[in-house]
Amino acid sequence: MELFELTVYELQEKIKKREISSEEIVKSIYKRINEVENTIKSFITLADEKNILENAKKIDAKNEYNGLAGIPYALKDIFCTSDFRTTCSSKMLENFVPTYNASATVKLREQDAILMGKLNMDEFAMGSSTERSAFHLTCNPWDLERVPGGSSGGSAAAVAAGEIPFALGTDTGGSLRQPAAFCGVVGLKPTYGRVSRWGVIAFASSLDQAGPITKDVRDTAIIMNEIAGYDSLDSNSLDVEVPDYTQFLNQDIKGLKIGYPKEYFQEYVTQEVKDAVINALKKYEELGAVVEEVSLPYTEYALPAYYLIAPAEASANLARFDGVRFGYRDTNAENVLDMFKQSRSAAFNNEVKRRILFGTNSLRSNNYEDYYLKAQKVRRLVRDDFTRVFKDYDVIVAPTTPTTAFKIGEQINHPIILYLNDIITVPVNLAGLPGMSIPCGFSDGLPIGMQLIGKPFDEGTLIKAGHAFEQSTDYHKAKPAVGVK
Amino acid sequence: MALTIEQIEHLALLVRLNLTENEKQDFANQLSSILNYVEKLNEISTDDVEPLTHILPVSNIFREDEVRPGTPREELLANAPLVEEGCFKVPKIL
Repeated sequence: MELFELTVYELQEKIKKREISSEEIVKSIYKRINEVENTIKSFITLADEKNILENAKKIDAKNEYNGLAGIPYALKDIFCTSDFRTTCSSKMLENFVPTYNASATVKLREQDAILMGKLNMDEFAMGSSTERSAFHLTCNPWDLERVPGGSSGGSAAAVAAGEIPFALGTDTGGSLRQPAAFCGVVGLKPTYGRVSRWGVIAFASSLDQAGPITKDVRDTAIIMNEIAGYDSLDSNSLDVEVPDYTQFLNQDIKGLKIGYPKEYFQEYVTQEVKDAVINALKKYEELGAVVEEVSLPYTEYALPAYYLIAPAEASANLARFDGVRFGYRDTNAENVLDMFKQSRSAAFNNEVKRRILFGTNSLRSNNYEDYYLKAQKVRRLVRDDFTRVFKDYDVIVAPTTPTTAFKIGEQINHPIILYLNDIITVPVNLAGLPGMSIPCGFSDGLPIGMQLIGKPFDEGTLIKAGHAFEQSTDYHKAKPAVGVK
Repeated sequence: MALTIEQIEHLALLVRLNLTENEKQDFANQLSSILNYVEKLNEISTDDVEPLTHILPVSNIFREDEVRPGTPREELLANAPLVEEGCFKVPKIL
C-alpha cells in the first residue's frame, strides 16, 4: 500500500514510530496528484512542490511528532489563506490574496500540518455539483462522467481519489455532506458555532459552517479535535467545552436510541438509496441500538424556507464585491455606478446572479413579511421538530441524498431540480445541528451516503455511532479505480 | 406569483447588475418558478410562531476600546484594482 492511500491516523502512527517522514508522505501525495489530477481536477491552486518539500524537511527536522505535524491537507477555496490566492471559484476573486488566514486553518498551521493547496467548489458555494466553478469542472472519482457533488466537490473528490488525506469544506445546506455521499467519504457539518467561521468567505451567515472531509470516522474525530472550539474573532462562535472526540471511537452502542424520520424516506429518494440506509439501520439493530420510526412533519417546508433565507443572506453578503477595494473591476466604466454594475455582471455566474436577485426580492420592504419573515418562522417549526424528537432519541439516521451522483450537465439548467438535491440536508442547517455523512453502500458502482444527525454540540455521539457502523462494515474501505494502473 | 421584466430590471438596479434582454427573460422565468415553489410555505399558518432569527444564544460582546496596530496600508491596497497616492481610485462619482 502506498502512503497516499493511508488515513490521517495511519500516517500519524507511522510518523510517531519513525517508520516514515513527512517528506516521504508529501512525495507520495505529489505522485498521486500527478497521476490523477488531470482527470479529476480537484485543485484550483496547488502548492509549489519544491517549497512544500522544504517545509516537510523542516518539520521532520523538528523531531516533534505531535498532532497533525507533517500531515498534508487542502482547503476548499473559500478559506482565506495569506500564502495562496482565495478565489471562491469566482472570476470576481481570481487574483485575491487575503492579508490573513481563516481561524480554522491557523489551528492546522500551528500543528505543522502541511497545506498543499486550494480546492475547487461551486462559485461562492452556490451549487450542488461543482459545475458552477469559474475555473473548471471537477469529476467524481467513481465515475468521471458524474459530478462530485457540491459545493465542496473539490474537497470530497480530492480525498476520495487519494490526492490528499483530509480536507476542510463548508456546509450551508449540505455542501459537505452531499459531496461526501457522492464521493464515498466522510463529511461532518459540526453544530453551528462549533468551528470558527472567521476568515471563511460568507455565503449565508446564519447557516454556513466549516468542517472536515476525511476517509473515515476516526480521522473526522482527529481533525475535529484540532479545529473545534471557541474563537473570539467569530461573533457566532459559542464557548462550549470541546471533548476529545477520539474518546467516542470504539464504544459500545447497545441501547443507543436511533430515530429514522419517515419524511426522509419518501418517493423522491431512490429505492437503492432507501435500501442501503434501511440495511444500515438493521446493522445498527444487530449492534444493539434501538431503532424506531419518528416523524419530522415540517420537513417538506424546510427546503422552500432555506431557498428564501440563504439567497437573502447571500444577497447582503455579496454586496461587498463592488470592484473598489479588491476583486475584479471592469475598467471601461465612466462612472462609479457603471463600474459596480459592469464589474459584478462580468464576474458573477448566472447561479450567483439568480440568488442575489431572488434574495433581494425576498428582502424588499413589500415582500419581507411574506417571504423572509415567513421563512424564519418556518425555520423555528423545523427546529422544534428536531428538539421534540431529540427528547427521546440520541441520533437521527436518514439518507444523505435522494440519489447517487448524477451526470455532469444533467441538472445544471434546472434550478429547482438541482435544489432538490439538498432536500434531506437543509433541515439540519436551518436547525444549526451537527450532521455527518458516511458511506453505507453502493448502487451501480456509485457510493451511497447515510446521514447521522445529532443534538446541538453532540458531534461525539455521531462519531460514536458512525464509527460503530464502520467497524462492522467495509464500505469506507472501498476506493475508486481512477488512476490505478 | 410571476415576476415581470420590469420587476427584474428594478431588482437588477438594486443589486447593481447589468442584464441582457435574454437574461432578463430567463431570470423572470426562473425566479417566478422558484417563487411558485416557495409559495408552498403558505400552506401552513405561522401567525403564532416567533421567527427564529438566531440559532444560538449569543449576544454582542464588547471589547476594551484600546488602540491596536492595524493592517499596513500597503497590504490592504495590494488587492485593489486601481490605486493612486495610497488611496483606492475609482471613476468619477458626480
